[in-house]
Amino acid sequence: MSSEAVLHGSSAHLADDAHHVHHHHETFITKYVFSQDHKMIAKQFLITGMIWAVIGGLFSVIFRLQLGYPDQTFPWLEDILGHWAKGGKIQPEFYYALVTMHGTVLVFFVLTAGLSGTFANFLIPLQIGARDMASPLLNMLSYWFFFIASVIMISSLFVQTGPAAGGWTVYPPLSALGDASQGSKIGMDLWLISMAIFIVSSLLGGLNYITTILTMRTKGMSMTRMPLTMWALFFTAVLGVLSFPVLLSGCILLIFDRNLGTSFFLSDIVVAGKILPNEGGSAILFQHLFWFLGHPEVYIIMLPAMGMVSEILSINSRKPIFGYMAMVGSLFAICTLALLVWAHHMFVTGLNPFLGAVFVLLTLLIAVPSAIKVFNWLTTLWKGNIRFTPAMLFAIGFVSLFISGGLTGIFLGNSALDIHLHDTYFVVAHFHIVMGVASFFGMFAGVYHWFPKMYGRHMNHTLAYLHFWITMVGAYLIFWPMHYQGLSGMPRRYYDFSNWESFKQYAELNQFISLVVIIVFAAQFLFLFNFFYSIFKGRKLTDLNPWGANTLEWTTPLRPGHGNWPGEIPEVHRWAYDYAKEGKNGEDFIPQNVPVGEDETRH
Amino acid sequence: MKEIFLIAIVIMIFVIIFQISKASEYVSVLKGENSTRKQNNKINAFLLIAFLVLGLIGAWWCNELLYPKTLFPQGSGSVEGEEVDWMMMVTIIITGIAFLVTQILLFWFSFKYQEKENRKAFFFAHNTKLELIWTSIPAITLTIMVVFGLKFWFKITAEPPQNHRIVEITGHQFAWDMRYPGKDGVLGKKNYKLYNSPAGNTLGVDFEDDKSWDDLKTTQMHLEVGVPVKLVINAMDVIHNVGLPHFRIKMDAVPGIPTTQWFTPQYTTAQMRERTKNPNFTYEISCDQMCGNGHFSMRGVIVVETKEEYNAWLSQQVPDYYSLFPDKNPAQAVPDTSKPLAQVTK
Repeated sequence: MSSEAVLHGSSAHLADDAHHVHHHHETFITKYVFSQDHKMIAKQFLITGMIWAVIGGLFSVIFRLQLGYPDQTFPWLEDILGHWAKGGKIQPEFYYALVTMHGTVLVFFVLTAGLSGTFANFLIPLQIGARDMASPLLNMLSYWFFFIASVIMISSLFVQTGPAAGGWTVYPPLSALGDASQGSKIGMDLWLISMAIFIVSSLLGGLNYITTILTMRTKGMSMTRMPLTMWALFFTAVLGVLSFPVLLSGCILLIFDRNLGTSFFLSDIVVAGKILPNEGGSAILFQHLFWFLGHPEVYIIMLPAMGMVSEILSINSRKPIFGYMAMVGSLFAICTLALLVWAHHMFVTGLNPFLGAVFVLLTLLIAVPSAIKVFNWLTTLWKGNIRFTPAMLFAIGFVSLFISGGLTGIFLGNSALDIHLHDTYFVVAHFHIVMGVASFFGMFAGVYHWFPKMYGRHMNHTLAYLHFWITMVGAYLIFWPMHYQGLSGMPRRYYDFSNWESFKQYAELNQFISLVVIIVFAAQFLFLFNFFYSIFKGRKLTDLNPWGANTLEWTTPLRPGHGNWPGEIPEVHRWAYDYAKEGKNGEDFIPQNVPVGEDETRH
Repeated sequence: MKEIFLIAIVIMIFVIIFQISKASEYVSVLKGENSTRKQNNKINAFLLIAFLVLGLIGAWWCNELLYPKTLFPQGSGSVEGEEVDWMMMVTIIITGIAFLVTQILLFWFSFKYQEKENRKAFFFAHNTKLELIWTSIPAITLTIMVVFGLKFWFKITAEPPQNHRIVEITGHQFAWDMRYPGKDGVLGKKNYKLYNSPAGNTLGVDFEDDKSWDDLKTTQMHLEVGVPVKLVINAMDVIHNVGLPHFRIKMDAVPGIPTTQWFTPQYTTAQMRERTKNPNFTYEISCDQMCGNGHFSMRGVIVVETKEEYNAWLSQQVPDYYSLFPDKNPAQAVPDTSKPLAQVTK
């Protein structure tokens, strides 16, 4: 069956080839704006994601100013922000808007669209040996739906009552009642509409990625010969397709509750002195709908990073990835379990204790495939011949952060401990390390590694090393001490702790963390400058395969056109991890398109 | 002026970094890419091992600095919380060992197996025995932790001991209200539609229900040391959360869906002031679920006291029903209302 699909695929490719010639006469608009080339769409996702990352990061710098320096005023803030920072002091409603938008932007717009969108688009056709995605048109629409969602989300920053301010999880009734919070007025409607459109974008992308991987692999590229990046992106897309529609239903019901007088999530409420007529709804129902996506979402963010890190660790250790099938198996286990653990975010909602126990069990089970992955990465490094490219450093940093953040998950997944730690800074530290910073590291590793393929030039390595070390040290300095704050029961999403006898002992620490946040944020401009500068002025590649990698993308020309390979798509003869094996000309690797020699063992 | 100066300095630093980086790239092209790569490799391998060593020292130092500020040194304010603290310590030790082993291996391998001229990477693609070992070790460890965790979970989510008292706590933007059931031990019915702030009925208590007549309404929670208390948790407007870090307890307050949680305070506020050497120590109720602009200021106070102090406090409280309808109070001795009074004293 698979060879049939391949045959079918290659005849389609011929047609595509003719198409390819036609594309040389493209206009600016069809080439750079409404492009259907997966590589251009990937770049669009990446650059939009970068803009969002700067916005989302800047938000955190502003609210960290409040947390670090609660007594000080910053007159220049009033000049920029007007009534949001009256007298140079960030107002509570603005603080909560910042916290909410920081989460929304980074989780969805940067680490979902910016990460999956970029690397699934860029790598899938190149690594499986396809001319483009299964449907380039839907792929283009996926970006433009994301763009529309972005525009709506940005516009919500400029409405009089401000953007959504109920936390990125937008729990009703707070998010359903305009009387309960400024941010629950028009800003919340814009948030919901933007998210609904974002989900459409994500589904169009996800279905495309799945179809492409399943049907358009080149000759010889069986599923078990695919690089781990492909497996990771495949499972990411599956998770997204299965869980995003549930969030869509939650968003739509919330829009109904807000605007049409329904009571899906509302019951027995007196707000601002008004007795509401809604009865019979359940505020907890929304949390189930939200976390049914919300939890897989953290794996949607993690898996692509895991895939890229596996690939980069193997290439730069000059060794095959250890336990390929175990890696695929653990990706599958994580993907399955990810759909079955959502209620561990709800241990303190009054959940049925028996149900809670089931979710404890399933949650802690995830630690097993995660541990397998860590041990396999460590063994990949063992007895290697390691090259510390910037991508490799970020990959090692990813493993370190994944261990640190993963282990604290064992505390939170155990409901008895979660009662104490729930919604404290321990949680903030946990998820920022394991899914925030770690996934960012995966993304940076990916950009540094595949930049030469994207633009045919190198990024500046000195800047890259500097960027890595400041970010790595900074990330630990910011989030490590937060565990202690969490162990003191210090709640998250507090605007000011100075009136609390139990939490005010951390004023100095908060100041220190804020200072590091500013430095780490500033260091990201080293990366941004390096990226844009190197597109035009970077050192030119002298070798088509600068890292000595086995995967197919390095067999394309320097700057592949639409269609990727000018001639035939190469045939695949082996898995992607034949490193530490002697090649034809004495190299220490054998690319996937090289036939298996007579005296070689197969993998 | 100061700001402009500061911005200028920051821009200068960036320009200098960019210039140095550009220059280093020219040097690397001149010297040959290979030798630059080798040099970078050595520097980064060294930095990785330095990061490990300094990081571990830093973690130890951070612990010295911050551990005294956590809740562990003062101990748990509740009997049940002791078990949480014990489990927390066990989990810290187990995860701590896993943390040390994996982080040390990660950075040590990186340093040890950095690229060398004469070294060839070892082709090592899989090893079933190894993989089985490191699948089963975490699986067994986690099973043990799940068993202990669930044992405590079922204990704390089960019904409280027979001698428990009930206190109702209701959250609204942005404060807490308590209700005590009075002598009959039963809280009067509520209906949110009876909410009437001008008339003083801020909780929507149904005063038709005679069980509500002896209920007390307070803004501070008073508890007797050593007596289990079951909190009945409500919310009027949005979701709040009764966060009691000192008692290791937390439970959401959801409008329309009452929740419960129980614990046994084991130190009075006065004893805790001695233990912490902090004369201002207070058991605080923090709202732990984002509830609007005043979320950070939604503070409640719990006073844990001895039996005598608690009874003295209780005897001073006037049932809410009598405060709202003074004419119904037998102490006021208004003869016309003798009929409902008979019911009250019953």
